[in-house]
Amino acid sequence: MDFDLTEEQRLLKDSIDGLLTDSYDFESRKKYMKEKGGWSKAVWGKLAEQGLLGLPFSEADGGFGGGGVETMIVMEALGKALVLEPYLATVVIGGGFLRHAGSDAQKAAHVPGIVDGSKTLAFAQLEKNSRYDLFDVSTTAKKKGDGWIIDGEKFVVLNGENADTLIVTARTKGDRRDTGGIGVFLVPASAKGVTKKSYPTQDGLHAADITFTGVEVGADAVLGNPEDGLALIERVVDEARVALCAEAVGLMDESLKTTVEYIKTRKQFGVAIGSFQSLQHRASDMFVAAEQARSMSMFATMAGDFEDAKERSNAIAAAKVQIGKSLKFVGQQAIQLHGGIGMTMEAKIGHYFKRLTMIENSFGDTDYHQRRVADGGGLI
Amino acid sequence: MDLAFTKEEQAFREEVRTFFRGNVPPDTRRKLVEGRHLSKDEMVTWWRILNKKGWGTSHWPTQYGGTGWTSVQHYIFNEELQSYPAPQPLAFGVSMVGPVIYTFGNEEQKKQYLPRIADVDDWWCQGFSEPGSGSDLASLKTKAERKGDKWIINGQKTWTTLAQHADMIFCLCRTDASAKKQMGISFIVFSMKSKGVTVRPIQTIDGGVEVNEVFFDDVEVPYENLIGEENKGWDYAKFLLGNERTGIARVGVSKERLRRIRDLASKVESGGKPIIQDAAFREKLAACEIELKALELTQLRVVADEGKHGKGKPNPASSVLKIKGSEIQQTTTELLMEVIGPFAAPYDVHGDDGSNEAMEWTAQIAPSYFNNRKVSIYGGSNEIQRNIIAKAVLGL
Repeated sequence: MDFDLTEEQRLLKDSIDGLLTDSYDFESRKKYMKEKGGWSKAVWGKLAEQGLLGLPFSEADGGFGGGGVETMIVMEALGKALVLEPYLATVVIGGGFLRHAGSDAQKAAHVPGIVDGSKTLAFAQLEKNSRYDLFDVSTTAKKKGDGWIIDGEKFVVLNGENADTLIVTARTKGDRRDTGGIGVFLVPASAKGVTKKSYPTQDGLHAADITFTGVEVGADAVLGNPEDGLALIERVVDEARVALCAEAVGLMDESLKTTVEYIKTRKQFGVAIGSFQSLQHRASDMFVAAEQARSMSMFATMAGDFEDAKERSNAIAAAKVQIGKSLKFVGQQAIQLHGGIGMTMEAKIGHYFKRLTMIENSFGDTDYHQRRVADGGGLI
Repeated sequence: MDLAFTKEEQAFREEVRTFFRGNVPPDTRRKLVEGRHLSKDEMVTWWRILNKKGWGTSHWPTQYGGTGWTSVQHYIFNEELQSYPAPQPLAFGVSMVGPVIYTFGNEEQKKQYLPRIADVDDWWCQGFSEPGSGSDLASLKTKAERKGDKWIINGQKTWTTLAQHADMIFCLCRTDASAKKQMGISFIVFSMKSKGVTVRPIQTIDGGVEVNEVFFDDVEVPYENLIGEENKGWDYAKFLLGNERTGIARVGVSKERLRRIRDLASKVESGGKPIIQDAAFREKLAACEIELKALELTQLRVVADEGKHGKGKPNPASSVLKIKGSEIQQTTTELLMEVIGPFAAPYDVHGDDGSNEAMEWTAQIAPSYFNNRKVSIYGGSNEIQRNIIAKAVLGL
């Protein structure tokens, strides 16, 4: 049992923290938001230069062979700096599908572009009525010759506006809520029949609603087994949940730090408001919530390696519950303790709150995961 | 970073578990499972078994009879002990006064007290709190005046846990009234059988008697019963209270109780089916289990940190343990109340040690709920813990 980082992991942490300290203060972030697509190609390039975009890929695939802990370190740092760039969509999720199910040819076609920063990906999964159930898929993929024809609508596809390649879940067999008969497809964003409606999200990221109308792809578009892809989807989405937990820990750390600094300097009645016990206790509770979240983020990271899929997803669901509860408390109280200034777009704390809030509703909210743990027989 | 225990640690867990299975008297275990109070004899019998095995004072330095375990081994031992469950060693002797004596006492005192603490020849109690000194402990008024080779002690202590069984007390007394409040306090130990010591039981809202008021009326104590230096008692008290950082979360206790809740909830019916099949209840139970898992991980982080970097600088996460640990213990007793529903009501007046063989298991659930309100009050109330986090961690 060991919670310390190895020497190499510490170096990784120092290098990404250093990069973001230099290039990602709150003012720079505002500029990046106004760039085409809503994030900075220059920062993305720096992440590529430092090898961070190739982190989880094996060395044979041109990556650096990083594991869950390495991704946790990066996601925490990205959270702390409130980074806009599509690391989750491209490296964690897109990369996850390629790592777990990509053929040699698929990896050769896609991994180098991810690693060098020239290509980004997006995961087109959510449907109008699917909510958080990954198996609830109405979009269809029908066999045509060797290839497939995809029809359907996907919503709130993060990085959907910019991505070069879309990873699409589609039903190859059975009814809307069957767990079998789901396939995963690599679809070029430029394919004929793909139409996008793009928009910014509440937390300053960008997403798109994407319609697929008779989109034709070849046999080489299929990731894994086209009739039995749910386990793959669950595996990758679990990794995304773990990454979101780590990002939320970074966001909470920074929210708490910013809030404590603020109440130390903000004066009312002639004293710093941080000298009032009611505010001190609230800040202490924020600390407790953030530490409990950190513990569960570590637990989820390590659970990512559990061999038993049920045990793995139970642990990750539990972590998402704790993170959801903690982030709501920390986020809301950070605004409360900032008072009026916390309500403004000018102050950075509100932007942290908004990203935290969106994380709760990504890939299953607190109630959804709590029910999963409860129905799965608990944790003890 | 690696969550897994090593092979050696797993083997150690198995060794501990096997020992408990073979050696904890079954009646003692059953009473703990049912949340009943143990008699003095039952506790002492078990502690002597534990001490004979060499595990009674496991965290003491080896020259005084400790085991030399790593911090992870201590963690495993405590977890297994709490979740078996078996009675924990008497904290007042083994965890509190023992370390003060081997750290600050003289050779004579070590020889005289330590073996008797280990084998529970003396049952110790703690004379800290007073009616006017709760969270503000340093305002204490009990006075020890030097008269020749004796101390004359006058005053009153309260909340003295299990003082009704005690042979000895370690007591914070004011020895210099003119000094600033923390500076004039000394750490004195003496026999509870001394003339002028009166113990008056306090019945708590659960109906049991765990705590007492203790009155000192011209109690004569030999001067050499002073531990360490005169007027340095506050330092020793802080040392004593800072010693036990991780056990306070009582993760094993809550785990055991959650298993019991799950077990009872599959037997007790609500709406014509076991209450565990009720989605709302099941989610509450899951919520509590998740909180406990997070706390367990937080505790492991603190333990691993202590193992690597020593106990000198406390891990900031350690302040979480008391607050969350007590909240979760309270939640588990609430869930038990929910499971038994209307059968929480029957009341049974306990005797001195709270035991009553004929009592149905349900009769202990409400008292346990009432009794557990104490856990967020004692050992520095949770409000005091928040003050500590605000000051020591957040710098407010």
